[in-house]
Amino acid sequence: MVAGKFSAGYGTDGGNSLALLEVHNLRKDFPVRKGLFSGTRGSIRAVDGVDFELREGETLGLVGESGCGKTTVARCLLRLIEPTEGEVLFEGEDLLKMDREALRKVRARFQIIFQDPYSSLNPRMNVGEIIAEPLRNHTRSSRGEIRDRVCFLMEKVGLHPEQARRYPHEFSGGQRQRIGIARALALNPRVIICDEPVSALDVSIQAQVINLLVQLQEEMGLSYLFIAHDLSVVEHISNRVAVMYLGRIVELATDQELYRNPQHPYTQALLSAVPVPDPEVQQRRIVLQGDVPSPLNPPSGCGFHTRCPERIDLCTNEVPAFRDLGNGHWAACHLR
Amino acid sequence: MRPEPLLSIRNLRTRFKTYEGMVTAVDRLSLDVHRGETLGVVGESGCGKSVTALSILRLLPSPPAEIQGEILFEGTNILDLTPDRIRQIRGNAISIIFQEPLTSLNPVLTIGEQISEAIRLHQGVTRQEAWKRAVEMLELVQIPSPDARAHEYPHQLSGGMRQRAMIAMALSCRPQLLLADEPTTALDVTIQAQIIDLMVRLKEEFRTSIVLITHNLGLIAGMARRVVVMYLGKMVEEAPVKDLFREPLHPYTQGLLESIPWIGQKLKTGKRLLREIPGIVPNPLEMPEGCRFHPRCPRVMEVCRKEEPPLKELNGGRKVLCWLWN
Amino acid sequence: MTEKKKSNELQSYWSGNRELRRRWAKLRRNKAALFGGVLILIYLFTALFGPILYPGNPSAPNLIRSLETPSRQHPLGTDELGRSILGRIVHGSRVSLLIAIGVVSLGLLLGVPLGLVSGYYGGKVDFGIQRITDTMLAFPGFLLALALVAVLGVGLKNTVISVGISMVPIYIRLVRGCVLSVREQVYVEAARALGTRDVAILMRHILPNVMVPITVQTSLGMGTAILFAAGLGFLGVGVQPPTPEWGAMLGSGRAYLFHAPHVATFPGIAIFLAVLGFNLSGDGLREALDPRFKL
Repeated sequence: MVAGKFSAGYGTDGGNSLALLEVHNLRKDFPVRKGLFSGTRGSIRAVDGVDFELREGETLGLVGESGCGKTTVARCLLRLIEPTEGEVLFEGEDLLKMDREALRKVRARFQIIFQDPYSSLNPRMNVGEIIAEPLRNHTRSSRGEIRDRVCFLMEKVGLHPEQARRYPHEFSGGQRQRIGIARALALNPRVIICDEPVSALDVSIQAQVINLLVQLQEEMGLSYLFIAHDLSVVEHISNRVAVMYLGRIVELATDQELYRNPQHPYTQALLSAVPVPDPEVQQRRIVLQGDVPSPLNPPSGCGFHTRCPERIDLCTNEVPAFRDLGNGHWAACHLR
Repeated sequence: MRPEPLLSIRNLRTRFKTYEGMVTAVDRLSLDVHRGETLGVVGESGCGKSVTALSILRLLPSPPAEIQGEILFEGTNILDLTPDRIRQIRGNAISIIFQEPLTSLNPVLTIGEQISEAIRLHQGVTRQEAWKRAVEMLELVQIPSPDARAHEYPHQLSGGMRQRAMIAMALSCRPQLLLADEPTTALDVTIQAQIIDLMVRLKEEFRTSIVLITHNLGLIAGMARRVVVMYLGKMVEEAPVKDLFREPLHPYTQGLLESIPWIGQKLKTGKRLLREIPGIVPNPLEMPEGCRFHPRCPRVMEVCRKEEPPLKELNGGRKVLCWLWN
Repeated sequence: MTEKKKSNELQSYWSGNRELRRRWAKLRRNKAALFGGVLILIYLFTALFGPILYPGNPSAPNLIRSLETPSRQHPLGTDELGRSILGRIVHGSRVSLLIAIGVVSLGLLLGVPLGLVSGYYGGKVDFGIQRITDTMLAFPGFLLALALVAVLGVGLKNTVISVGISMVPIYIRLVRGCVLSVREQVYVEAARALGTRDVAILMRHILPNVMVPITVQTSLGMGTAILFAAGLGFLGVGVQPPTPEWGAMLGSGRAYLFHAPHVATFPGIAIFLAVLGFNLSGDGLREALDPRFKL
């Protein structure tokens, strides 16, 4: 039943490559205590039924604004926080059903790169120790083997192996992100979640890190789930892009489709709002009114209806289904 | 000739005393801001763009900061003014908006109180009158139900609302110059679009000059008329915005423009790799000799390693700090 | 070319210690902390080498010379049994150092692991540990030590145990609080994502990052331990005579406060200076090491 539902594949062009990661109906509620003494608890639905699949060797972009749940999705996939319900199939096995030890072992092949290169590295460990940590966790390598592997990894990400004895604070943001990448690569993972890997970096350094990720992918056949709020970066690096709004994926398409033919009004507004670095272009911005609604008290029907310029009555009452529009293009909107 | 500029910075040098020696954050910077124009200042972290803004308002504690040079605002040197006089200028003739509105608003005062305080301070009106104007300002920056919102505390507002409130506060005394330091960097794209719209509209309405400080070249392209590019405390290029984007002269500007991805770029060029500026931004304590950009420059020459290039003025109001143009 | 690279490498090696050098520079500039450090050095020197510099049995009575005022032979005078007060202070420094080290070790040994477990795992374990520490902290620290002595009995060993146990909840609280904030750091999350086991996370990632407050508390704790032990000695329930102990010396000098004030004064000054030294350097360390104090 489940397999049948996904046989078409969300937003894939041919469907000939293998799905490494399949996510079905992922939900995450965060409990909130309402009053100081009242026992009643509400909850924030941070992720509200997310489905997608990540295919071998591809980059799937996940884009959305702050509070849309994209980072929560990343944490749930790796069970750094426990999802409320859903299925996360990695190489066919459901991560959510695994015990601690099995999960610990899977994490060797399923890695993550964090947004903030300052807080994601332990300040009291030197770079060599940081990169060696996954090797010590998962292999019984000798000291020499670990050292060789660390040197290899450091060169691979463009760091000098002589710097292995130094501490993270001695490196710039871009170099720290390289350290984080080397650590994630240590055990030859198949899937890497990149959680806003360049948004904390300077403009001139962003390009270095993006290029590094692209090169590593080609060399090592990695698959990326690339999470970011910057649409131009996501569109650049991804083969397919999923757009999230208020805990749901509202549109999923190949990068070309999304750029040339965005369907969801939110995607259209998002695309139009990205400032174009060309003063000769008269930008036609679709300026959305208001703010993203609070997930504590989400709107009825379509989550976007409070800001949607094309709203119809149906939108306030009924949640639109996530439908295949053909050509591997999916969207959740009553008007399409 | 053009009329006298509103703000004229001459040979500004801001240095900080640290345990390991003097760090020069801004080095002999000269620039003009004309009435009614938006000047873009672009550069990466550590280039001195924020320090420049803080130096203009003398908001840097001294020590450790040391400011030299001249900052002429309508002909008077701000650096010569007494603390009392500079307070009269701050928030009145010159205002500033910061990147993170949550930390720059006082958490224990309501939005209305904070805006009306600024108005009372500079315009000597009654409490009721100031409050009324504060609510008007909130309405002007399109905060819905401004009467009610004026009674709320900063944490009760969303990021976009807070930045609107900051703008309302900054514009409440109708300043002649607005320093906007990364005004939209902390905001989401759709909210950023709202704030840009708002700033463009208010600039027309108030005829305020804006110094827009940002690392976002897209924002510069959309808002500024002239652009100053800074690298490690130095102005490396100044040009009208269209010229800068069409034909950047300094290798740093060229690299910067080519290293940012833009929507649809990959589909047009077919390339997955971006052009990158190699290397890292050097530590300000170990400033490279000669041209500061030479260790990362793809067109470095022998002279660049030894001698600092002079600022070359070219036709069409362009300036460039590079040996290639000398 | 390679030479140039090497010198660059060397240079960056030096700049590598920048953080440490800054902290050291900051500590050195703090005059009070420096003074505290000097006091501690004098104290440690006295405790380690004093008995060599001032040989003889400090407890042997010499009743003919009782209650003498300071003289060339006895620079700080003698007590009621004619023993040199300087000699007893010098020998007593060793006793108080022994007590302080014992007390702080006990506090660290019990408090740090309990605090780590309590903070990292949370839940029922945390709840249990916290209720016990709450109860213990409800008593004034000294009263708790006194109550424990009443149960255990007097003497050097029991002084160490009772004062040590009375300090355990302070360490638990401190460590737990720090763990709670370090636990939320992204690098701890990153370690979990890398498949690191809990024990390794605690030892490699959390403990090293809570060492700064523990170090500071250790310095302050040494001062408190000396003070508490002296307090017990003063009340006559700590280390027993004839062992030279500062608190007991103070206590016995109390009877002669009016006609031979030096008997109580000099041990009092010794206690004061030792405690002051540890407190000042503890505060200095806190300022120099705490990353929240920006440099």
